[in-house]
Amino acid sequence: MKPLLDGLRRLGQYPSALVGLAIIFALVGTAVFTVVTIPYGQALELWRGGEPWRMHPVNARPVWVDRIAGNNSPRTMVVSSADAVIEQEPFVGGSRVRIPLDFDFGYADFPSELNLFLTSTHVEREPFVRLTWETPDSREFILGGRRLAREERVSISQDWELERRLGRVPHVGLFAGPAEDGPPQVLEGRYRLMLDVILFEEDARIDADLVVYGRVHGLAGTDHQRRDLMVALLWGIPVALAFGLLAAVGTTVTTLVIAAAGVWYGGWVDAVIQRLTEVNIILPMLPILVMVGTLYSTSIWVMLGVVIALGIFSAGIKMYRAMLLPIRESPYIEAAKAYGAGNARIILRYMIPRILPVLIPTFVTLIPSFVFLEASLALLGLGDPVLPTWGKVMNDAQTQSALYHGFYYWVLSPAALLMLTGLGFAMLGFALDRVFNPRLRTM
Amino acid sequence: MNASAREVRSSVPGPVLSARDLHTWFELRQWGFLRVGSVRAVDGVNFDLQTGEAVAFVGESGCGKSSLARTLLGLHQPTRGEVIFEGRSLGTLDGAERKAYLARVGYVQQDPYGALPPFMDVRRILHEPLIVHGVRNRAERDQRAREALEEVRLSPPEDFLSKFPHMLSGGQQQRVVIARALILRPAMIIADEPVSMLDASVRVEILQLLRRIQIDHGLTLAFITHDLSTVRHFAERIFVMYAGRIVEQAEVNELLNHPQHPYTQALLAAISDPDPDNARQQREVPPGEPPSLLKPPAGCRFHPRCNRMIAGTCDREYPPDLEPRQGHGTACWLYR
Repeated sequence: MKPLLDGLRRLGQYPSALVGLAIIFALVGTAVFTVVTIPYGQALELWRGGEPWRMHPVNARPVWVDRIAGNNSPRTMVVSSADAVIEQEPFVGGSRVRIPLDFDFGYADFPSELNLFLTSTHVEREPFVRLTWETPDSREFILGGRRLAREERVSISQDWELERRLGRVPHVGLFAGPAEDGPPQVLEGRYRLMLDVILFEEDARIDADLVVYGRVHGLAGTDHQRRDLMVALLWGIPVALAFGLLAAVGTTVTTLVIAAAGVWYGGWVDAVIQRLTEVNIILPMLPILVMVGTLYSTSIWVMLGVVIALGIFSAGIKMYRAMLLPIRESPYIEAAKAYGAGNARIILRYMIPRILPVLIPTFVTLIPSFVFLEASLALLGLGDPVLPTWGKVMNDAQTQSALYHGFYYWVLSPAALLMLTGLGFAMLGFALDRVFNPRLRTM
Repeated sequence: MNASAREVRSSVPGPVLSARDLHTWFELRQWGFLRVGSVRAVDGVNFDLQTGEAVAFVGESGCGKSSLARTLLGLHQPTRGEVIFEGRSLGTLDGAERKAYLARVGYVQQDPYGALPPFMDVRRILHEPLIVHGVRNRAERDQRAREALEEVRLSPPEDFLSKFPHMLSGGQQQRVVIARALILRPAMIIADEPVSMLDASVRVEILQLLRRIQIDHGLTLAFITHDLSTVRHFAERIFVMYAGRIVEQAEVNELLNHPQHPYTQALLAAISDPDPDNARQQREVPPGEPPSLLKPPAGCRFHPRCNRMIAGTCDREYPPDLEPRQGHGTACWLYR
């Protein structure tokens, strides 16, 4: 094992190895951080979408995209009744409540959506609410009244009646200046949504959250289901690394041991292994995976199993066999037989270690190819349906025509991470290749 | 090795190793199943090796000496006949007994560098046979590795234990190979051309080392070589092999002074002496080449090259084992 350690020590001379290692360590560190901060169960819960994301905008760009473009796009604002100055006038069998939801709007662009979430603690008799929108220049818009269930979501943006009155979608119309002609201009200043509530029960309370959805969000943006893409980009790292590493280890180790066993036992064992390999080599892997994904299961672990199973009798067997055949005949193997070493010992301790140094670079460059395979499967819609992965993000982007709508970040950020992963392992692999295959060093 | 162990060993009566009508043929096949013939590498060999003696098997390359060594080690299955070690035929041993037999026979190969796994250090190389034979205790293995290195004059052992084969000279490598052969405390050592790949300067050292170890431990040493000139000092008996068979056998001095078989005579005549007259003298060598082991000639294998061939006899029937002189056997029609 000493030459192996010496070889690894020599890696320091290759800048590409250091860069590759830095990338890999950064990815591994981030993966560990992700798994610790967002546990597996929570990640699945988040990625299912829906309720946890109701206060997130749809298809918001990452903040940095906005910065680079020099825009001042609105962020998401949540105006809560908990911070408001509430006036309450009780009467027999109920009370009258005025909740002013005030906020300053100072962005150069209109918000992307406007929603009001109401929670009431009434038991039987539903409270009644009347909504009034006040602009900084003291115009008032009546947004109508309604009875409230315990959980109520008032989608102001989807109020068709209001849209007809404003002549524009509400989240634009409500924030636009008074000018009637020309494109709407954002009116900056202090806005207020006044809630006039009549509660018909003395103990009832009401809470309100006005969400003014922005057009940018976080470092990664959001998708069509309001999910923060950061969850998928972060969780994609451990998933990709685990898949790549397990698949690479699984295929390399089994392939190596089987090749060595074939070489050692020879005869019909070798013949069977070689024929199986030849048949397996011509079987196309991707269509088989597509079939498994379509007909059986798209669970990433099933896919991993199939990838390893198909990878066992791969072309690697031919390569290892060619490398092991001369080793089988070497005198030290004969010596081992002469002092009684068993077959397993000879294969695992005497034959395989001999080609291990040559194998390591191949192994390292094999990892990203499996990462890409997993992403390709997900892109084809065969990704694990519950797991957030890079391929899944790109698949969503594709089905939502992200590029057509100009949501470049949606495709580019997972693609960049995939490339970074490939780059890290490739740079390390090439340096390892030079260390362990010294003949390449002079070239 | 303590004295009592040696006594037990020498108390075994009779030969330590015998070959009876030993044949090792390698089948040649075409398209994987058609048998087109056999290479008769070992073709009817009989001998007895006594406890504590050193014998040499001498012959040209391709005469089957190495195949014989491998058959004795169980690396090749004999096609016919048997190898008998301490009274038991190898063919009848079960797995554990076969393994025990391998521990009793050490093997020294021709190419010392190839014989050592390049990715193991000397410590590991010496531990391996012990691990295989169930010596669990690491300290004990270390102790025995040190003893074995001392035995082959690689001292202090600490300097060598952590070295890898490529860091050692050819002579040192061969000493490690010998140490590995000794580490299981064998009763017998089979050395297959142990010095032919070494520098001339270290050959004698290695041979003397083997000889000294053999005498010190009362080992049986089967020493395979193509070099008759060195045999005199390192063996007590010589077997001359030709085309898979033993053609002559005798005590060293008897054989070297009174060679009987024409092939042995030719071999001896071919030894180069450090004599200035040689420069002007053309030696007589048997014409032709060693025969094909695939289709050996009928009758005596040597008859096509023999200058004393008896037509009608030598080319018809293989000669019986004859004893023209006391304790000196040969297979040649001349002594009928």
